Amino acid sequence: MKNTNLDIALTHLITRKKQTMVAALGVLIGVGIYLFMNSLGNGFSSFTRSEIFKVSPQISIFKDDDISSPLLNSDNPKTKYIITNPQIISHSNTLLNPLKLLDNIKKEPYITNAIIQVDFNAFYNKGSSQIKGFGCGVDMIAFSDMFNTQKYMVAGELSNLPKSLNGIIIGSGIANKLSLSLGENLVVSSSYGITKTLKIVGIFTTGNKNTDDNKCYVNIATAQQFSKQNETYVSTIYANTNNPDKSIFYAKKLEELMPYKVEDWTITYSDILAGDRARFIMMRAISFSILFVASFGIYNILSSTIMQKINDIAILKAIGFTGNDVVKIFVMEGLLMGFIGICGGILFGSILIYIMQHVYVGEPVGYFPVYFELATFVQSIILGFIVTLCAGYFPAKKAADVDPVSIFRK
Amino acid sequence: MESKKIILEAQNIEKYFYDPVKFQVLKKISFKAYQGEFLTLIGKSGSGKSTLLYCLSTMDTDYSGKIIIDGKTITGLKSNALANLRNSSIGFVFQFHYLLPEFSCLKNVMLPALKLKKYSYKEVEQKAYDSLKLLDLKDQALKPASKLSGGQQQRVSIARALINQPKIIMCDEPTGNLDSKNTNIVFDIFKQLAHDNNQTIIAVTHDNDFAQKSDRTIELADGEIISQGI
Repeated sequence: MKNTNLDIALTHLITRKKQTMVAALGVLIGVGIYLFMNSLGNGFSSFTRSEIFKVSPQISIFKDDDISSPLLNSDNPKTKYIITNPQIISHSNTLLNPLKLLDNIKKEPYITNAIIQVDFNAFYNKGSSQIKGFGCGVDMIAFSDMFNTQKYMVAGELSNLPKSLNGIIIGSGIANKLSLSLGENLVVSSSYGITKTLKIVGIFTTGNKNTDDNKCYVNIATAQQFSKQNETYVSTIYANTNNPDKSIFYAKKLEELMPYKVEDWTITYSDILAGDRARFIMMRAISFSILFVASFGIYNILSSTIMQKINDIAILKAIGFTGNDVVKIFVMEGLLMGFIGICGGILFGSILIYIMQHVYVGEPVGYFPVYFELATFVQSIILGFIVTLCAGYFPAKKAADVDPVSIFRK
Repeated sequence: MESKKIILEAQNIEKYFYDPVKFQVLKKISFKAYQGEFLTLIGKSGSGKSTLLYCLSTMDTDYSGKIIIDGKTITGLKSNALANLRNSSIGFVFQFHYLLPEFSCLKNVMLPALKLKKYSYKEVEQKAYDSLKLLDLKDQALKPASKLSGGQQQRVSIARALINQPKIIMCDEPTGNLDSKNTNIVFDIFKQLAHDNNQTIIAVTHDNDFAQKSDRTIELADGEIISQGI
C-alpha cells in the first residue's frame, strides 16, 4: 500500500464493515432514487415534447389579424380625433408570394425543414350525420418528413394522396364515428360552402384524440378550393430548426425578415411547458432532498467514528501526521463509502429504470417513457460525489482540530 | 557532561491555565538536555511535569519562552512544520500505550516511517520487523495491537517511537501501567538507547526508583525546578 493515509482509511472501513455498509446504503438509495426520478422526469419531458412535435412545428408563420386602432391621432392640432370601434381590418390572411418566402426561409442555416400549408374548417358528412373538424392542405410527402406522419398511418399509404387529386387522409376518430374505411367516399364541405366528394386514401391514429377526431389531410389545391382561393393562397408556413430549445431565438430572427407573425412552439404550448417545467423542478427538488438526507448517513457515521477514534487521531498527530493528513484520511473514508454507495446506486437506479421501461401505462403513453441517458448518469455520479465529499469534509475538519494534548492529559 | 552536545534547551518557559481560574503552571523553567542522556522529570501530582513535557514535545504551543531542539528554535513554528519535526526527530511513549487497535503491531510500528517517506515500504517493513525483534516481539508482529498484553503493547509503542531514529524520545509515565518485571525491561531498553544509540530520553515519571537509576533527574514543584540533578 503506497499511500499511508489511504491505508489507514481502508483499515477503518474494513474493520467496521457494518457501519460502512449502512452509510453506503444511504448513498445507494439516494443516488439510485435521484438517477431514477431524473430519468423519469427527462423521459416525461421528452415524451411531452414528442407529443407536441407530432402535430406541431417548432415555428409557424402566419398573417396575424390586424386590428384597427380605436383612436386616430393627428399631428395637426386643428383636426379632431376620430374614435372608431376596433375591428379586424385585414381582408385576406394569405401570405404573399409564399413559395419565394418558403425558399428564403429554407435558406436560413438553422432551418432544417419548412413546408407550406393551407388550413380550412371542414365538415365531414355521411348521410344525415355531420362531424366538424379541420383540414390541412399539404404536400403530404414533405409534411411526413416533418411530422413523421407515416409512423401513425393505420390504413392506406401517404404517397397515394399526391397521386389522387380527390384523395383525403382522415383521422381514425372520424373513420370510426362515420364508419368509414379505406377506399370509400366522404363528402366534405367547408365553411365557405364548398362541398366535395373525396376518396379516402389513408387513415391515421396519432393517439392524440383532438387530432384523430378532427383532422384530415388533402392536397394543397383541394384545400385552396375549399377556401375559395386561387393557387397562390397559403395560410401558414411551418418550419423546424436544428435545436428546439433555441427556436424562440430563431423565431425572432425570422420575424425580422418578414412582415408576418412568427410564433415558436414554446409560446403556442406555454401552458403545457410550464406544467412540465414545474413537474421537472419538483422531481429534482425531491430527488436531491433524498440524496442530501442520505448523505447524512455518511456524516453521522464518520462523526461517530471520529468520536470513538479520538485517541487514534491524537496518536497520529503525535507521531507526526498533520491536520491535513487527518482530513485526508476521513474524507477518503467518506468518499470510499460514497463510492460504494454510488456504484450501488447507479445499479439500483438502472434496475428501477429497466423495470419501469417494461411497465405499460396505457395509451397514448404506452410504456413508461424513461430512458438510460448518459447525462443523467454522469450528473448523478458527480452530485453523489459532491454530497459525500461535503458529508465527509465537515467531520474530518473536526477531527483535524483535535488537540492531542487534551486527549493525552485525560 | 559539559562537552556533550545540547540536543534540547528550554529557556524561561512559562505557561498559564485559564480554566477554571488563571493559574501559572510553569514558572520560568530553563534547562538543557544533552545528547545520549537519560533524563527523568519527577515531581508531585500537579507540579507541572507533564505540562512541561507536552510543551517540549511541540504538541502544546501555548506557552511563553523559547524551546530549541537540535539547534533550531521551534517556538512559533507552524503546526505542519511541528508535525514534520515530531515525525522525524521526536519519538513518543505514553502511559496508556495508545496503539491503533485495528492495525497489526508491525503496521503500528511502521506508521511514523511511512509518514516520513524516507524509505520504501519494503525497507520500512524490514526495519519495523527488526526493531520488534530487538524488543523480543517478533512472534507478535502480525497480531492486532489490541490482542497484546500491557507490557508487550508498551514495547510495541517503544518500537514505534524508535522507527525513525529520532534524536529525542519523550515518555509520559512509560512504566506507570506496568509491573516491576516489565518496568525493568523498559528501563533497560531506555538505558541502552541512550548509551548505545546516543539518543536522548526525557521521561516523566513518579516512580522514584526508576528516576534514581537514570542519568539525571530534574525535580519540579509548583511549576518550578527545585533540583537540576548534576
